[in-house]
Amino acid sequence: MRVLVCVKRVPAPGARINITDDGQAVDAAHLGFTVSPHEECGVEECVQLVERHGGEATVLTLGPVEAEEQLRYAASLGVQHAVLLSADTTQWDPQRTASAIADAIETLEAEDGAFDLILFGNESADTGGFQVGIRVAHKLERPIVNAIKGIDLDLDNSKVTARREIDGGREIYELPTPAILGVKEGLNLPRYPTMKGRLASKKVEIKVLEAEGDEGQQSRVTLLQPPEQVSNTVKIGEGVEAAPAIVDLLDELGVLS
Amino acid sequence: MSDILILCEHDRGSIEPSTLEALTFARGAFEGDDLHVLVCGEVDDLAPLGEYGATAVIVAEHDMLRDFSPETWGQVLAQQIDDMSPEVVLACGTSRGNEVLAQAAARLDMPFVANVNEVADDFADDDETEVTRVQWGGSLLERAGLEADTKIISVTHHAVEPVSAEGEEAPSSTFEPEIDELYARSIVIDREIAEAGVTLSTAPVVVGGGRAVGSADAFAPLEELAELLGGRVGCSRAVTNNGWRPHSDQVGQTGTRIAPELYIANGISGAIQHWVGAMASKKILAINTDPDANMVTKADYCVIGDLHDIIPAVIEEVKKRS
Repeated sequence: MRVLVCVKRVPAPGARINITDDGQAVDAAHLGFTVSPHEECGVEECVQLVERHGGEATVLTLGPVEAEEQLRYAASLGVQHAVLLSADTTQWDPQRTASAIADAIETLEAEDGAFDLILFGNESADTGGFQVGIRVAHKLERPIVNAIKGIDLDLDNSKVTARREIDGGREIYELPTPAILGVKEGLNLPRYPTMKGRLASKKVEIKVLEAEGDEGQQSRVTLLQPPEQVSNTVKIGEGVEAAPAIVDLLDELGVLS
Repeated sequence: MSDILILCEHDRGSIEPSTLEALTFARGAFEGDDLHVLVCGEVDDLAPLGEYGATAVIVAEHDMLRDFSPETWGQVLAQQIDDMSPEVVLACGTSRGNEVLAQAAARLDMPFVANVNEVADDFADDDETEVTRVQWGGSLLERAGLEADTKIISVTHHAVEPVSAEGEEAPSSTFEPEIDELYARSIVIDREIAEAGVTLSTAPVVVGGGRAVGSADAFAPLEELAELLGGRVGCSRAVTNNGWRPHSDQVGQTGTRIAPELYIANGISGAIQHWVGAMASKKILAINTDPDANMVTKADYCVIGDLHDIIPAVIEEVKKRS
């Protein structure tokens, strides 16, 4: 079995996101980097699929050379192969991103065979375009369903059962493999890397491909802060003595049943 | 006069409120233009579409549209775009809305801009124009340029309240689209129905807990308070990452977006990830030992102190009064 997970390097913001002076990017000077939460679950799922079915997992990212950090993190959790599609993607739009990733997947599959399953995050934490996985699936002529929070891969029958959470329940899909899924956080609980995993990840060879991609039709003019929500917090008390005042407030707001 | 094509989101025949959000947005942004609504499969009652401003309804009828599939809906929408060459294609930015627009855009190799709050003047008629859209789940905005004759955009979910235009029933027509049989592969095959009762997204009160709660067991008083108030327990990402609560309880950008009458945030620092899921709450009460925590400074009300002491005292007080 061969599985692939595509991840994106994004800043890990705290309580506020600042913008660079030119308005083109998030000011990450004092921030760490991570992968989008949905994709963390995608990485974990690939590792679990290999534990269950054997075979190999590959992680791929498109971005600057610094994204090697995110590839090594995935490797420290148990992913065997890592691919960096190297490009300065600051001005890339979703169409171009998808076309470069689809090209790269075709190259990887021509060398080592098709991936039974490819996972994308449902949307990236930063730009949130909601479309790269779908465009890649269309170029590769494979089925894709988004918002997936449960996966059962049946290799014998070449199919994957996928569960999607909707308000008040779940939808069940059954796709023939090779297939692609857009996954969401909650799919699993990602593990933390072990010391052994960290050491092993340093030795994983990173395959570097140059990314081109066909130019898209969307561009960034500038990033903006949303209008500040002014809040004059009313302090209603301190410690246990505040309990009656809290219940008065519940009453006042009409939520005391 | 421009043609605006709006995707009707429905679940096995019942129209979703998100469709009415898209229509309300379209009425404001594209005043005087023709608002065509595309319905994939049968809908029980088409009247709300006209009532909310649709000028025409187009119903695609096909056996393969018996239930939702991102691929069949995407193909039908792509076909309709091809036939009509509308200036704008629009849906609400829900899970399905964004997915189907992306499916159609991929097929036509057209750009698609997700989660737009605002469009430029003359947006429909300019083939080089701009939108304002959300990033980071709503904590940041982006002004984006778009170069296209047909502009495919989704409207941020909950950015507009659906408002009736008190319109007449719109004239409707039907057509049979061509759908590749191959796409039967992504039609919903089954459903699991969750337990009945109030859900996190509909609860009138949410009692939230953060890292400071300390353990899975320590959520018991929060559970008790939530039950007393007819609400639900929510939590931050730190809590689910520690395995103290299931992910379905998580409030935030990658969890559930809540909009209760009151959100009681206990021991939650208020990172961006959590805040964007909680900010639609009508009122927020933060209980925290740190008076400078982001959640405290953004809340409507605060109590400074340890939730482990305060919550049991509140429970006692509520019981005393009932």
